[in-house]
Amino acid sequence: MLKIPSVFWKRAALACLGGVVIGGQATAQSMNDVQKIAKERGLSTADLLAAAKTFTPSGMKDDYIIFSSGGHAGQVFVIGVPSMRLLRSIAVFTPEPWQGWGYGVGEEILAEGFVNGKENLWGDTHHPALSETNGDYDGQWLFINDKINARVAVIDLRDFETKQILKNPLTVSDHGGTFVTPNTEYVIEGAQYSVPWGADYAPISEYKEKYKGSITLWKFDRKKGRIDESKSFAIELPPYWHDIADAGKGISDGYIFLNSINTEMATGGIENNNPPFEAGVSRNATDYLHIIDWKKAEKVYKAGKVDQIKGFPVISLETAIAEGLLHVTPEPRSPHGVDVAPKGDFIVVSGKLDPHATVYSFEKIMKAIESKNFSGKDEFNVPILDFDSVLEAQVEVGLGPLHTQFGPDGYAYTSLFLDSAVARWTLGGSYGAGTPEPDWTLVHKTPVHYNVGHIGVAEGDTVSPDGKYLVSFNKWSVDRFFPTGPLLPQNFQLLDISGQGTEMPVIYDMPIGIGEPHYAQMIKADKLDPWTVYPEIGWDPLHQRLDPMAPRPKSERIERSGDTVEVFMTAVRSHFKPEHVVVKQGDRVVWRITNVERAVDATHGFAIPQYNINLSLEPGETAKVEFIADTPGSFPFYCSEFCSALHLEMIGYFLVEPNE
Amino acid sequence: MSFVERIIGPRVCPAEQAKNNLRYGTPGFLILIARVLLLISLFMPYWHMDLHAPQYPDNLQLTAYLNHLDGDVVEIDGLNHYIGMRPLGEAAQIERQVGVYAMIGFVLLLEMVGFIHTRWAVLLVLPPLLFPAVFLIDLHLWMSHFGMNLDPDAPLSNSVDPFAPPILGTGLIGQFKTVAVPGVGLIMATAASFVLLLSLYFHRRAYKPLAQSEP
Repeated sequence: MLKIPSVFWKRAALACLGGVVIGGQATAQSMNDVQKIAKERGLSTADLLAAAKTFTPSGMKDDYIIFSSGGHAGQVFVIGVPSMRLLRSIAVFTPEPWQGWGYGVGEEILAEGFVNGKENLWGDTHHPALSETNGDYDGQWLFINDKINARVAVIDLRDFETKQILKNPLTVSDHGGTFVTPNTEYVIEGAQYSVPWGADYAPISEYKEKYKGSITLWKFDRKKGRIDESKSFAIELPPYWHDIADAGKGISDGYIFLNSINTEMATGGIENNNPPFEAGVSRNATDYLHIIDWKKAEKVYKAGKVDQIKGFPVISLETAIAEGLLHVTPEPRSPHGVDVAPKGDFIVVSGKLDPHATVYSFEKIMKAIESKNFSGKDEFNVPILDFDSVLEAQVEVGLGPLHTQFGPDGYAYTSLFLDSAVARWTLGGSYGAGTPEPDWTLVHKTPVHYNVGHIGVAEGDTVSPDGKYLVSFNKWSVDRFFPTGPLLPQNFQLLDISGQGTEMPVIYDMPIGIGEPHYAQMIKADKLDPWTVYPEIGWDPLHQRLDPMAPRPKSERIERSGDTVEVFMTAVRSHFKPEHVVVKQGDRVVWRITNVERAVDATHGFAIPQYNINLSLEPGETAKVEFIADTPGSFPFYCSEFCSALHLEMIGYFLVEPNE
Repeated sequence: MSFVERIIGPRVCPAEQAKNNLRYGTPGFLILIARVLLLISLFMPYWHMDLHAPQYPDNLQLTAYLNHLDGDVVEIDGLNHYIGMRPLGEAAQIERQVGVYAMIGFVLLLEMVGFIHTRWAVLLVLPPLLFPAVFLIDLHLWMSHFGMNLDPDAPLSNSVDPFAPPILGTGLIGQFKTVAVPGVGLIMATAASFVLLLSLYFHRRAYKPLAQSEP
């Protein structure tokens, strides 16, 4: 054995002791400073602890990334956790000048979302869904719905850009989407307010006959990075209004669970002394949880047992019932969230007007379906599973329960809109051992500020939740921030849920002053692997490939053929080449431009005044804008993204000679 | 004695060779080591420069091999255009084209040393022996040629004086601190030079007595 002289140990011990003493002095000194500042600013010890948990010094990166819907901003927000710093927005349904979205790039994708050929340039994004492999986020794709126009978008997480927008031909609004099946086979989009197929006209008096509910299964082609419309189909549902959906996982893989409201089929009409929707829709004590066997539905679709409606294959309600792929069971009235537990064995439903989290057992649902344990049929002959035979537990969590997410240890978390709180409660069954408290009991409620809608736990809707952090997506902020006029920001509150029992404090408030977010998902940052520059110079982000027409260094030129002028331009710090582009009024201009930079963050903008053009060209990116040079004049085009010391000098002149 | 014989020098009779294996074997063995070092160095970087600046937290890197440049050449060229420096690819073009062949030629020359027992052997050893020094001098000449001949029409030509960045050690240009170090290849080639010097000594020690004893 190697012998170390004892003098070495003595010296080492002295060195350590010295370190402790010196370190101790330094710590005492700075703790004094901390206490002084805390006193001056009125910070409690809990505040200091929260700061220590969330403060992220310059250069330190976040452990988790949130993809948040942007509400009627029509975008997606990317936020770091625990710092709660907004990292960027992703333009989706709405033009966004910083990204050039709709000002020269993205027009063809925005146009995919036009409805009946009518320009439609805003969206109401609600529910982002990260792509999954075996029920776990894989960090490759992000889907998001647009509630107002029943559209679904596909975002590529290599460059955080929207690649596809699809308009649902059958319906006008969606809320039960987007959710993905455990291997992202399908992106699910449930219609919300029933309308006649394609939102055609029918008088409200013919509601029951003409108005339709539906759920659409969009087939995702991972290789192409696009939803394949030709392999997608829909299932007709009763003309209730349908709310949120979730895909089964684990033992319930192959099923979709979908909430409904307005099983009363109320048609409103307050002006004629009819009950207003808010009353008519909430009359019944229960609505219906829809249980859809999508694997069976896929077979039915592939067997061709579909009707073509608005050019889209639809499994009719009749077929769905006959093939046994649709069942319903009562659920507390006006439900909002339906959330499948990590193992897929329990389905948690929250009825906004009922103080319970109602938990269904998938096993019991299967038994009830097999033994045809029906308590009846609804008006459209859909078999109703007997409520008591499929119920696992009801946990009184508080007032206005909306959405549930899960921790890794057997805790479930439910947002309470009316209580303005987040409830922690225990699951039972095989999860029970993970928590010190008894099964199916409320453990704690943490007040949040205010009126929480969705909540997001780190990977909290996957097969392996991480816990640690919970973000409460609050609708109102009331007194939390400086009042920015009468329109106040929403409040994203971060809760530390790494403890047990009553320990789940709020540790950060993040105002969101752009749009009104709804759902958000939180993914471990190391699951994402985005590009920092495009792979090659001349990259076409829309198709994620090299564009053979992309201008490259030394091939810059201007070509005229007839009335068409083609510009092949490069951008590099700090010049465009060519710098003079001269055309005649009325010419069609096809302007291609490549950012030939390879340095990280060396983005160039490209803006032409009076022509409504602004591009964001990230390193390697090529773009093409086409327009008619209808306005004569002298237009300095310039780089709109501060790129270098000579950024202001990065300009050129676009000269349009007037016609005589 | 013919001219060729005079260059090749005395022969060693087999008996003598067997008796003094070490004496006659040493120079050849050392030369073999040098040849191996030189051959491996072909695949190794000869020179490396790190450019430190606030906005490049990972630094910019420039690595020179005998036949090509590697690293952030595009970015460095892009920055250099501001001060009017010509693209790095335009420097030492011939050197990069012939470098590898020259080195293979040197290694072949060294093969011949074993057959030449006079002091003429020095001529064969000299090119590879001097190679590292020639490499650095050439590099220095190119760097100062580029640094001293900036395009007067460049965007920032007024704000940067012509300069000669140090080819080893640290320098300062604009917001960049340059740190240049020899690469593994150059270190190997330099080591080969020392081994070759040693081999010349043993070469002389082995063959000089033979030459003197000849009539």
